[in-house]
Amino acid sequence: MPQALEWPQQGNSRVPYRVFADPDIYRAELDRIFLGANWQYLVLADELPEPGDYKTTFLGETPVIVTRGEDGEIHAMVNRCAHRGNLVCLKSQGHTKDGLTCVYHAWRYDLAGNLTSVAFRRGVAGKGGMAESFRLEEHGLRKLRVDQFGGLVFGTLSPDAPALSDYIGNLIGSRIGRVIRGKPKILGTTSQILHNNWKLYIENTKDTYHASLLHTFFTTFRISRLTNTGGVAIAESGAHHASYTYGGKTDDKAASDRLYSEIHSLHEDYRLQDPRFLDSVDEIGDGVTLQILSVFPNFVLQQIHNSIALRLVLPKGPDETELQWIFIGFEDDDEAMTERRLQQANLVGPAGYVSMEDGAVGGFIQRAIKGGDAEGACSVIEMGGVEHASQETRATEASVRGFWQAYRQTMGL
Amino acid sequence: MDLAEIGRRLELQDLYTDYVACLDTDALERWPEFFIEDCVYRITSAENHEAGLPLGLIYATSKNMLKDRVSALREANIYEPQCYRHLVSGLRTEPDGLDASDVTASFLVVRTMQDGAMILFAAGRYLDRVVRTASGWKFARKIVVLDSRRIDTLLAIPL
Ligand code: FES
Ligand SMILES: [Fe+2]
Repeated sequence: MPQALEWPQQGNSRVPYRVFADPDIYRAELDRIFLGANWQYLVLADELPEPGDYKTTFLGETPVIVTRGEDGEIHAMVNRCAHRGNLVCLKSQGHTKDGLTCVYHAWRYDLAGNLTSVAFRRGVAGKGGMAESFRLEEHGLRKLRVDQFGGLVFGTLSPDAPALSDYIGNLIGSRIGRVIRGKPKILGTTSQILHNNWKLYIENTKDTYHASLLHTFFTTFRISRLTNTGGVAIAESGAHHASYTYGGKTDDKAASDRLYSEIHSLHEDYRLQDPRFLDSVDEIGDGVTLQILSVFPNFVLQQIHNSIALRLVLPKGPDETELQWIFIGFEDDDEAMTERRLQQANLVGPAGYVSMEDGAVGGFIQRAIKGGDAEGACSVIEMGGVEHASQETRATEASVRGFWQAYRQTMGL
Repeated sequence: MDLAEIGRRLELQDLYTDYVACLDTDALERWPEFFIEDCVYRITSAENHEAGLPLGLIYATSKNMLKDRVSALREANIYEPQCYRHLVSGLRTEPDGLDASDVTASFLVVRTMQDGAMILFAAGRYLDRVVRTASGWKFARKIVVLDSRRIDTLLAIPL
């Protein structure tokens, strides 16, 4: 029998590697985090414009259907037939004119997940059928609570989660608001299979320290360095964060070069032959060229210049994760703005100049913590101290510690 | 089919054979040379393509952007040693005059990592436009449509 996990006494600055590999811990996470009192991103409201539109997604590993109901509201329910557990929606998205019908025995549900009919309920020629006592209203699909924030639809199965706006809070909510300023329009989606535990990718998005070190494309072209003005805003609970960098307002170049030359060699002669793809405009008008934001447990909103994307981190097992990317623009973007967003999408995604490494580094860690000797070993997360408060620097791991604070709180560790 | 047409088909066959050999032998510096100066290169998924969504996983609108891709792979990006094996088949050409043609073809890519792990990394089709130049047939447009929306780990080497 595996030992119960004892969290190191140093608190959030130490993380036992076991939490990234132990199947029992993983199962407990599905339960406590993904089925627990945490709001999780489901869809963009605008993806389901018409009653009858639906899309499927996941709460952790639990399959979920999201619909636009006859009432015009968005509904979400577990994609598992109340009869014998078949998937009700097979397609990833679509439109239905007459509710949802399970293919197995044709039980039918309305768009809110209520059971409306059972095939052969009264049997055939007086034989068979359901008992008189069977009540349709007692056998609907399991419903999620649904709420929206600026057109982003979130859901939870827990009655205990606070209202979504309270869950997100003002500090992070205002930073979602600065990015999602219009009616979102999807430019395209993609996904990556990562061979690592989901938390390794979450740590990565929270980790402001690595950006200019692992992603040398940024550094080389001075798109972003830790020496740029910026910082990280962290929710009091530690759960959510937003890191930001000001373009232009850079440090002094010579000092920055000196710092970086100690780390890796600078390619002074390395210049882009066609840098047009980086042409960007300060569309928000506050000088922030880069903002990475996360909402606990698994949602990320990215603004890198004019490239805006939502990322959803879906656990697929202790050592596998699907990272979904949803690139967006806005309804009132002109052609030039759309082109900018598409060009700058080269920076991110599976082939992104500054993100392809993130797809691999979690897998490297997952491999490195194999073997019994890593059982009791821990990572060391002390950059910028041991607290998880907001800081006006990105040379810190404060938001990573924030994640572990919220994680331990939720998991009772 | 006249002789000129047969000759052209053989030339285009060669173009694709050379193109994938370039990628599969890590001769990436030669890769941009398969394109004209103001080319379009885009990798997308069938899902995006069919929905008319414009996103590219890689999107370049000039040969110089392709050169930048290669220098980034060589100088800046970090990824584990890996190589591709492309199989291209089902080449179909739709000539547009003597010196241009639309071409579609299917491809399959097996990726092998340094430790020997092999996976079927990608399958899909090329939706291309080729033009005859002084130095032979070149791609004016290459749209790589992946059958799957999922990429295993990362996409570094082009397709
Ligand atoms: S499992 Fe759905 S109707 Fe039987
Ligand atoms: Fe990163």
